[in-house]
Amino acid sequence: MTAPAGRITEISGWTVRARTEQALSLREMTLVGEERLIGEVVALDHRDAVVQVYEETAGIAPGDPIFATGEPLSIELGPGLLGGIFDGVQRPLSALAQTEGDFMARGSRVPPLDRDRLWDFQPQIAAGAEVVPGTILGRVAETQALLHPIAVPAGVSGRVLTIAGAGPRKIMDPIAEIDGGREVRVLTMLQRWRARVPRPFGARIPSDAPLITGQRVLDTFFPLARGGTAAMPGGFGTGKTITQHQLCRWAEADVIIFVGCGERGNEITELVRKLPQLADPRTKRMLAERSILIANTSNMPVSAREASLFTGITIGEYYRDLGYHVLLLADSISRWAEALREISGRLGEMPAEEGYPPYLSSALASFYERAGCVTTLSGSKGSLTVITAISPPAGDLTEPVTRHAQRFVRTFWTLDRQLAAARVFPAISTRASYSEVGEAIVRWWQSNVSERWPELRREAMAFLEEAARCEETARLVGIDSLPEREQFILHLADAFQEGFLQQNAYDEIDSYCAPARQVDLLQRFLQARDEGVQRIDAGEAPNIDFAALQRMKSETAEDRS
Amino acid sequence: MTTAGLERRGLQELRGPLAFVEGVAGIAFHDGVDLVGSDGQVRPGRVLSTNERGAVIEVFGVTDGVALEQSRIRFHGRPLRFGVGPELLGRVFDGLGRPRDGLPPPSTVELRPIEGSPINPCRREYPRDFLETGISAIDALNSVVLGQKIPIFTESGLAHDDLAMQIIRQARAPGVEKFAIVFAALGLPRETADRYLEDFRASGSRGRLIAFLNLAGDPTSERLITPRCALTAAEYLAFDAGYHVLVVLHDITNYGEALREISAARGEVPSRKGYPGYLYSDLASLFERAGRITGRPGSLTQIPIVTLPSGDLSHPIPDLTGYVTEGQIVLDPEIARRGAYPPVAVLSSLSRLMSDGIGAGRTRDDHPDVAKQLYAAVARVERARGLASIIGEDELTETERTYLRFGERFERELLAQQTNETRSIGDTLDIAWRVLAELPRSELTRVRSALLDQHRGAS
Repeated sequence: MTAPAGRITEISGWTVRARTEQALSLREMTLVGEERLIGEVVALDHRDAVVQVYEETAGIAPGDPIFATGEPLSIELGPGLLGGIFDGVQRPLSALAQTEGDFMARGSRVPPLDRDRLWDFQPQIAAGAEVVPGTILGRVAETQALLHPIAVPAGVSGRVLTIAGAGPRKIMDPIAEIDGGREVRVLTMLQRWRARVPRPFGARIPSDAPLITGQRVLDTFFPLARGGTAAMPGGFGTGKTITQHQLCRWAEADVIIFVGCGERGNEITELVRKLPQLADPRTKRMLAERSILIANTSNMPVSAREASLFTGITIGEYYRDLGYHVLLLADSISRWAEALREISGRLGEMPAEEGYPPYLSSALASFYERAGCVTTLSGSKGSLTVITAISPPAGDLTEPVTRHAQRFVRTFWTLDRQLAAARVFPAISTRASYSEVGEAIVRWWQSNVSERWPELRREAMAFLEEAARCEETARLVGIDSLPEREQFILHLADAFQEGFLQQNAYDEIDSYCAPARQVDLLQRFLQARDEGVQRIDAGEAPNIDFAALQRMKSETAEDRS
Repeated sequence: MTTAGLERRGLQELRGPLAFVEGVAGIAFHDGVDLVGSDGQVRPGRVLSTNERGAVIEVFGVTDGVALEQSRIRFHGRPLRFGVGPELLGRVFDGLGRPRDGLPPPSTVELRPIEGSPINPCRREYPRDFLETGISAIDALNSVVLGQKIPIFTESGLAHDDLAMQIIRQARAPGVEKFAIVFAALGLPRETADRYLEDFRASGSRGRLIAFLNLAGDPTSERLITPRCALTAAEYLAFDAGYHVLVVLHDITNYGEALREISAARGEVPSRKGYPGYLYSDLASLFERAGRITGRPGSLTQIPIVTLPSGDLSHPIPDLTGYVTEGQIVLDPEIARRGAYPPVAVLSSLSRLMSDGIGAGRTRDDHPDVAKQLYAAVARVERARGLASIIGEDELTETERTYLRFGERFERELLAQQTNETRSIGDTLDIAWRVLAELPRSELTRVRSALLDQHRGAS
């Protein structure tokens, strides 16, 4: 065993100070104590190093050793990530459960990716070829749902000396030797990347499509661009969880990464148990085959919670670089910010608003800015879309985390407590949400679904606004005292809420609504409005079957014909 | 190197609950200690931070009367622990886990660190077995499942003590024999605590119950230890001894204030309303100890009680509690003023784990539909009441007046019950159907027609 790099002099919470015998570098991974807990150097001061420890530090004492690794704390990337469940620093939770039992143990070293599993490698390049970072060497079927190209990592280029033939390979087996001129590099299917550094790509390109979620209120009214960013603030009990589960299930992405960052253990369990069993509506395969869970529940170490967001986004970028459309959901950014605050407090830094460190905003930016559409190093297209839940204290949207997040996201879905109390889900407020709908999204809807989409959407927005005004009047004078037209608008708005905005996650048909169907439903409601208003203007009864309008969303194609 | 048994005479500094000791090396973070005061009294404590020269100790107890020189610190060389075993059942402990019932210490099978360890999320079992409280407002509309954590949000002057005592007396899991209760009083007034003890005695719950009492007059810092001892005992019963355990922590607001007091003494940067930035994580370290584990028979359910400071649901303690727990049962002073017990506010209450824990094979096949219909109907009642208060009841439509009548019957017959009345879930649902009979069939849109045929015919 290697000699210690230094001795611990001070411990407070997750922060450990050590006097070092050998030079450590900033962000170097260090192992703390005889148990070798995972840590990362966060500050250097002469011969003192401050190490943030990603595991429980109880029992660590001054005088205990710390060990250098010579490598930055980094994420393992390669086949075997899909279907995995990891903690905030990528420890594999299911493998840990096997070795350590039901409760989380410290210092247990199980590598994130299974070293013994065999992958059927298919080379796609021949010896003698020139390669650059991003060149595809070969591929393995990571799951039935997803082919995993094996790419040349960043910083490696040259001529292929040898390439492994087709056949089963372990993740650490050499698959290629690359002659870079000065040195020969041996490549395996495993790559490492530092979580806090964005991965390289060819070029950023503008988004050319919305990320269709099958949720009417989102797709129609507040669409999210593929490669875009969204924030979803909501107090407790406003249906954040169920909305996120729906997004996991239906969003049109090749790979789903869910980061449970300081949230409830039972909720993670629900995801672990239920999500994998949900069939992917497009491929009819299990969702587990294209999803990855990062679970750092509220009672797991706060420092690892802070890291979990970057662990998740690094894995997201990796699949983006393989040419996939990736969706990352983080729940919640508020718990992450609290972790940042707690660590900052332990380091004795000067707080800004509400105790958060002054760099809260730049830290958030360094996360959100990693979303986007790119051409990869090998020239294919990939995207990484980010949706973050926010748990604002007391539902107050003016608090620092929400406010700062708003600066970096272009789609903002506000969950409404009143809607949730009335069990209207998804409880997205149509008045307090917004989305910067770019040209590309409009064009996509027009060329793929309906030429009339922008105009229908505008009309529907105007209708909702009119209904909100009528509702205010009705609250003062009672609905019976309103003119007939306003009464009709209100009744129709109720039907619209029930028959369009509300979507039943547990109803097999209603759970997902295809874009064409969204437009169809919208058209029918707007038509009903026009007809009703016309009849009222002509002095007749509106004569609209509200119940039929409400039922449409759960009707199958056969029912409708 | 172990520091077990190491003793150090003399303190450098003493400020409230914080003691500074120098000249001891190698003291491990979060180790337990005993502070033997110059007055001869022993107070437990914990290492808050440590360096090469000494350590900062957080003392759980009053440090009045302690002098610097003659005091001694005894280091345990390991974290604070609490002895667990089957003999804990039936006993009453103080806030630090020492017998308070005049009996000798129970024999224990193991000393366990009171902080516990997080359950590996992969090993958690998703909770979905019904816990019957025998109280209609909870069982029908906010059904609790074994392994859930769901607080009661209340205000001073409401009947939360009656409700908690009734839950403790009546709670059962259908078909389960090994059911136990752990009750932790956190800063409760003596009189209230005595009422609980008397109720446990009178109802014969003592045998299946462990009580931990930190009273309002007891040292504030002790309050940080009490729930952890209680949960360590509960975890033993649930995950080792196979009991289904219900833990009642009363009152989390007092706990939060203790945390604020200690945090201020430590000189930490406060966040909202002076509470420490780690309030969420700290509360989570208690509440997340609820759950079930795959392959182990028992469960740990928590019903913490949170008194809303001046009725404010957005106060940091209820707010952050709500973010950790799986729903909430909200008591409403307005309903209480109308004379109904328990005054549960239907619309603001919620059990997040309910939908998977009820229905055929769990409670009754009609339960999900009935519950949905009741929520919808109560929402209509609220709207009609709001309207009536503005434009007068006479101006309401006939349907709205029907809802007002339904609202009254709902509150009188379904919501309200006697403090000593146990209703099975079957009885509760039958009453619900009786109350729903007030509404015309065309209004019952959330109930499947087959169920309507069956139950409307019968009642």
